[in-house]
Amino acid sequence: MAILEVKNIEKNFDNTKVLKDVSFSLEEGNALAIIGSSGSGKTTLLRCLNFLEKPDKGVISVKGETLFDASIPATMRDKDLRTKRLHFGMVFQSFNLFPQYTALENVTLAEKLFAQERPDFRQRKKEILDEINEHGNALLKQMGLEERKDHYPHQLSGGQQQRVAIARALALKPDILCFDEPTSALDPELTGEVLKVIRGLAEQKTTMIIVTHEMAFARDVSDQLIFMDDGVIVEQGDPRQVIDNPREERTKQFLTRYTQG
Amino acid sequence: MFWNVTQSLMNGLATTFEIFILTLIFALPLGLVVAFGSMSKFKPLRYLVDVLVWIIRGTPLMLQLIIIFYGPGLWLGKNIWSGDEAGRITATVVAFTLNYACYFSVIFRGGIEGVPKGQREAGKVLGMTNSQIFFKITLLQMVKRVVPPMSNEIITLVKDTSLARIIAAYELTFAGYSFMKSAGITWPLFYTGVFYLLFVGILTIIFKQIEKKLEYFR
Repeated sequence: MAILEVKNIEKNFDNTKVLKDVSFSLEEGNALAIIGSSGSGKTTLLRCLNFLEKPDKGVISVKGETLFDASIPATMRDKDLRTKRLHFGMVFQSFNLFPQYTALENVTLAEKLFAQERPDFRQRKKEILDEINEHGNALLKQMGLEERKDHYPHQLSGGQQQRVAIARALALKPDILCFDEPTSALDPELTGEVLKVIRGLAEQKTTMIIVTHEMAFARDVSDQLIFMDDGVIVEQGDPRQVIDNPREERTKQFLTRYTQG
Repeated sequence: MFWNVTQSLMNGLATTFEIFILTLIFALPLGLVVAFGSMSKFKPLRYLVDVLVWIIRGTPLMLQLIIIFYGPGLWLGKNIWSGDEAGRITATVVAFTLNYACYFSVIFRGGIEGVPKGQREAGKVLGMTNSQIFFKITLLQMVKRVVPPMSNEIITLVKDTSLARIIAAYELTFAGYSFMKSAGITWPLFYTGVFYLLFVGILTIIFKQIEKKLEYFR
């Protein structure tokens, strides 16, 4: 059974329909790449999954549990959405690291705040915080940043900041990790290190959704690919098939425009 | 004589300092509350706060002080401030707190709105509550942004305390002025100025240090 099931999502901003009846599903351990020109609704779709935007219509379920159903108001309470979000990790285009915290503190902050809600926090405070720091260090090590753990974001390069952001998104062990154009804000020579990390996560069978402009990367890394245009999914399927032999005219046009630069 | 003047001015300085510090203690948190009011999604509250800020910023502090000190006595037929020095200081602190909270609120709002939206969103996707986002993420970034404009405002407050003289509170300027009236000498006025300069000088050093402390992040 699919780990993520998205059905008939619609989202309007004022009178603009940004998403029109979007449905897809994702298997556990698979990586889904979403491509399309800017304004096609890719980013809004990701933001809907994280409930940064509330869809106007549609259903989102993870592991068979309905997280959100626009026709059932009880599934839309802000208080519940806070914890429902945790099924999804989010890596932003502009990193959004917290500037006043070190790399390690950025990674561990949320976990520490959740630990405070544990009944045994008072008695085992030191132990719990040590565990969390250890976990944070391990994640930074996985990102190749163990030596940068005490650096503040402004002391890190863009690529390093984005890798810290990935570690931070992984810290709460989300079911699905979402990337919103993770390399678009980076200098070209820094995209490689971030893509390498994402590739590593794919090899470890992390369930991921990657909104990207890196066509070659999407083709290599993903198990499933969606091409969006004007708020709809135009074509989806095997990444090699969609990119090398697109069926739809609009996909062909987009890819031609893309390869011509 | 010099010793006499110094002692009187020290007394005046004590009152000046009392007004200053109490106003800060009350106006800083109240300013934050007013700032939240002016950013509220609930429109009637927002309009109410906007009108309040408009009135307070649109009229002289001296006028507000006079109304707050004499008003209750004239309307209610009973002075709610006790007739002694303490009552005058209390009335001054109330008027100053209201006034400065409104000015602070505008600075705070700018500071909060200046924190990029992505910071809130990053907190949200990590499952933080709104208050966690405010206290753990937004607040310090806001403080860093508001220190320079706040230091301006707080230095103005030091000198605005002299307005308390209008309701006969014995603050620093009143103390210096009284020598001119009673003994016909003017040098205590300049000496008074030195007191203000030292006060503001110390504040300036403190603000510099706060700014330096917050330099560790950008």
